[in-house]
Amino acid sequence: MASASAATQVLEVFRYSPEQDPEPHFQSYEVPFHDDWVVLDALNHIKDRMDWSLTHRWSCRMGVCGSCGMMVNGEAKLTCAAFLRDYYPKPIRVEPLTGFPVLRDLVINMDDFMEKLVQVKSWLIPKEPRELSQGEYRQSPAELARYKQFSMCINCMLCYAACPVYALHTDFIGPAAIALAQRYNLDSRDAGEQQRAEAIQADEGVWECTFVGECSKVCPKDVDPAGAIQQAKMAGAIDWYKALLPRGKG
Amino acid sequence: MGIPVHDVLIVGGGGAGLRAAIAIGEEFPDLSIGVVSKVYPMRSHTVSAEGGAAGVIKPNDSLDDHCYDTISGADWLADQDAVEAFVNEAPKELIQLEHWGCPWSREPDGSVAVRPFGGMKIRRTWFAADKTGFHMLHALFQTSLRYKPVVRYDEFFVTKLLVNDGRCQGVTAIEIRTGEVHAIGGKSVILCTGGAGRIFPFTTNAAIKNGDGMALAYRAGVPLKDMEFVQYHPTGLPGTGILITEAARGEGGVLLNKDGYRYLQDYELGEALPLDSPDHPRLRAMELGPRDRLSQAFVKEQERGRTIQGKYGDYVHLDLRHLGQKKIDKQIPFVRDTAKNYIGIDPVYEPIPVRPVVHYMMGGVDTDIDGATSLPGLFAAGECACVSINGANRLGSNSLTELLVFGRRAARVAAGFAIENPAVDEDAIRKQAAEEEERIRSCFLERTGGSETIADIRTDLNTTLDKGAGIYRNEGALKETCATVLELKKRFGEIQLTDRTRTFNTELQNALELEFMLDAGEALAFSAVARTESRGSHQRTDHPERNDEDFLKHSLAYRTDGEPRIDYKDVVITRWPPGERVYGKR
Amino acid sequence: MREGYRRPIPATWWLQKRSYSLFMLREFTSVFVGGYAFFLLVLVSRAQDPASFASFYEALMSPLSIVLHVLALAMVLYHTVTWLNLTPKVVIVWRGEQKLAPFVIAGAHYLLWLVTSGAVVWLVLS
Ligand SMILES: Cc1cc2nc3c(=O)[nH]c(=O)nc-3n(C[C@H](O)[C@H](O)[C@H](O)COP(=O)(O)OP(=O)(O)OC[C@H]3O[C@@H](n4cnc5c(N)ncnc54)[C@H](O)[C@@H]3O)c2cc1C
Ligand code: SF4
Ligand code: FES
Repeated sequence: MASASAATQVLEVFRYSPEQDPEPHFQSYEVPFHDDWVVLDALNHIKDRMDWSLTHRWSCRMGVCGSCGMMVNGEAKLTCAAFLRDYYPKPIRVEPLTGFPVLRDLVINMDDFMEKLVQVKSWLIPKEPRELSQGEYRQSPAELARYKQFSMCINCMLCYAACPVYALHTDFIGPAAIALAQRYNLDSRDAGEQQRAEAIQADEGVWECTFVGECSKVCPKDVDPAGAIQQAKMAGAIDWYKALLPRGKG
Repeated sequence: MGIPVHDVLIVGGGGAGLRAAIAIGEEFPDLSIGVVSKVYPMRSHTVSAEGGAAGVIKPNDSLDDHCYDTISGADWLADQDAVEAFVNEAPKELIQLEHWGCPWSREPDGSVAVRPFGGMKIRRTWFAADKTGFHMLHALFQTSLRYKPVVRYDEFFVTKLLVNDGRCQGVTAIEIRTGEVHAIGGKSVILCTGGAGRIFPFTTNAAIKNGDGMALAYRAGVPLKDMEFVQYHPTGLPGTGILITEAARGEGGVLLNKDGYRYLQDYELGEALPLDSPDHPRLRAMELGPRDRLSQAFVKEQERGRTIQGKYGDYVHLDLRHLGQKKIDKQIPFVRDTAKNYIGIDPVYEPIPVRPVVHYMMGGVDTDIDGATSLPGLFAAGECACVSINGANRLGSNSLTELLVFGRRAARVAAGFAIENPAVDEDAIRKQAAEEEERIRSCFLERTGGSETIADIRTDLNTTLDKGAGIYRNEGALKETCATVLELKKRFGEIQLTDRTRTFNTELQNALELEFMLDAGEALAFSAVARTESRGSHQRTDHPERNDEDFLKHSLAYRTDGEPRIDYKDVVITRWPPGERVYGKR
Repeated sequence: MREGYRRPIPATWWLQKRSYSLFMLREFTSVFVGGYAFFLLVLVSRAQDPASFASFYEALMSPLSIVLHVLALAMVLYHTVTWLNLTPKVVIVWRGEQKLAPFVIAGAHYLLWLVTSGAVVWLVLS
């Protein structure tokens, strides 16, 4: 892909190889500038043509697999959706997502999230079991709309990287996992709210959140995890008051 | 030290792999299940699928109609017993997914909604807006978390099938995080590794689609079936190859040439109804014709000089403007987002530039109707397999359903196999894994003096397949491609890596993936040169007619030390004798 | 501890991004909200006894106290506004497939705030 102009741009990339570096460092690469290139294209160019040891995750290149989240000039971004032209001609600093341990270069360890998904029981716990022969559950477009937004999460971890609470206390269940729990809580087919409350109404759950709100700002899919958390707090508080009433449910 | 051994070992955590895992978890709760995937399951390529999944559900539809559309779409190269099984089980599988929480789009009465899709006579494509694959994959993945017997090996890269005593008994896999090479045993093994679109330069496929499973089976002596059939999707964004889903046309979008003319009407796809006609878009006609015919029409139009020239090659326009913002935002919001983000065009106001792009492999590991291969203990399902229901051209939205139907079918038979057969021979497979580790070390990690790079060989493979095995093919070009692929395999022997560390060594992984791609490319090119007819997506300018006499047969490519051996096997015909493919007739 | 290299978090992390600093400011204003509530309690307890109230009132007229009051007012206003702006995230009202627009929710809360404040002013003045 030769470009007419010879414009270039500098990428300052976080490098860390546990077998070779005691400490991370930054390495600069000068890559060709194309106004339709995203940061991921530049990283792939470096990997293919300049430095094969550069390590990053990616797959779909269309903003849906959630692999390619990194810090781009300090902001959590999907690098397949962050265009060079928005930074040109300034250099771009690329780092692994904050708040996570780094395995190598731009690759983070996200085991923690994978376990939290199980803790919050992010799967459908049916209200009433249904046989296949009975066909689908009925769900009106309005009922679908209730939870749809929270079902759009691609598990990209940008929200965790933007969350100072998570960076300081990794026990915090965190934005995406809570949003996914809410996704099922709000589904008309589901009756698992009580079971999920165990995890999300615990100290490490919604109550750890101080509502910084950054998670929703960086979310590339408009999931609004901050909203999910506050709504879960509200639901939890209402349940708590109800429990104080003599007949439990009031 | 013992090695991990499972009753059923599944390679791949996409739609097919996860459906298989859940099937065993549900139906055989006592069996242990391993799921090995080179990416976290929810990153698998199924996540990118947009348009929908086909299954008969509405009263105006019938199973026979779905069968007929699929078989004629496949240009009669599909096995009709497999198609019937597929069509029968499709609705149950889609309902099952609904019961697991998949947020299918709905009708006002709360039943699931269906949309029209290319080559289908009746609306039967279930959808979740235009992120169907994403929602299906996440619903499957999250459901799979419920099953304790499912042990996941996330970010483990399988390099070899371990075959002992004539039976597949496991795999070797590199734990990407540490670089350790493991032997993982399985009394039966199911390959669900997806397609191979990345062997072409311009594709909708993600970076992980390198034909891994196809090559793994091919190397173990299992033939690859119908590899010459490659689907070009007519509407990819020039440059990146990002897909604009067929649902855009299902909702009424139209294709225009440089004069703003709906050129498809010149290619036996029916007449162009006015956009405000209540019958637009007409099913099985014009923009809703099958993908092979639409992509071929593009090339013809290009030859007539009626496409538009752009920086990344010629293109035509996909016009959605008449749908209006409301419909676009409700039914195909991701199309609008994608076009806006990646090419700066808002389809509400401007047509989208599109061109045909490599999208799907109809061919794959030869299996029977239950996913069993010719190697005992080895099964395959999903895009890496060829059952075949897709024949010479897959219909859009049949693949997602295929993952479910055949993922489950393969799982049940693989589970049965595991129950009936003796334990794996751990010593034998551990020894084989050690040999594989040694190969990786000496050929890649510790080798010196090589002269070739991954990028160069990959680029040359891409280029030669594009040249010889594109939408239109001929003997001369294909022969050249065959020769080049063999040459590239030789050059691969000279590969030199630079990264000698173990932790997350993606250079090593890319090299091994390239090796898989070379095998898939080889089977493809040699099968294509041997098929001297035109059928579905395989169009030979030197043999422009379909030839049922000689080629109503599946090609089988067997690996040898030299050129692959190409053999054939009959297509199963039950109720639909081969006929003419007619589109656009009232 | 999870495997991998953990980057240290500097104590000044909240200065590195404007939004974090604004968040810290919002948290900091709670000190004034709490402080003023305490002040009101003291005020009420003093009001029981006219003698001590007079001296208390005197102290309140000092320039320092006035500066503190203006500051407290600013902080409490900031606190209130930032929270009211967040209400649309917490309170979701559905109309069929549509959510009630955020500005309506926030607007309703502002209105409620004005009405309550008005009522308090009316109570105190009369
Ligand atoms: C952009 C796009 C849109 C599409 N839209 C539609 C649509 O609307 N309707 C439709 O029916 N079809 C659609 N398709 C086709 C369909 O999505 C795919 O055919 C299908 O998702 C493939 O699923 P799979 O489970 O076979 O494989 P994948 O989802 O590709 O999963 C493969 C799995 O195998 C693993 N794997 C691969 N190699 C290895 C290895 N060596 N070691 C370990 N693990 C490995 C991967 O990690 C991954 O988990 C679309 C395809 C594309 C590209
Ligand atoms: S909530 Fe948004 S930012 Fe967080 S993981 Fe999901 S998609 Fe990513
Ligand atoms: S590469 Fe898939 S989200 Fe960026």
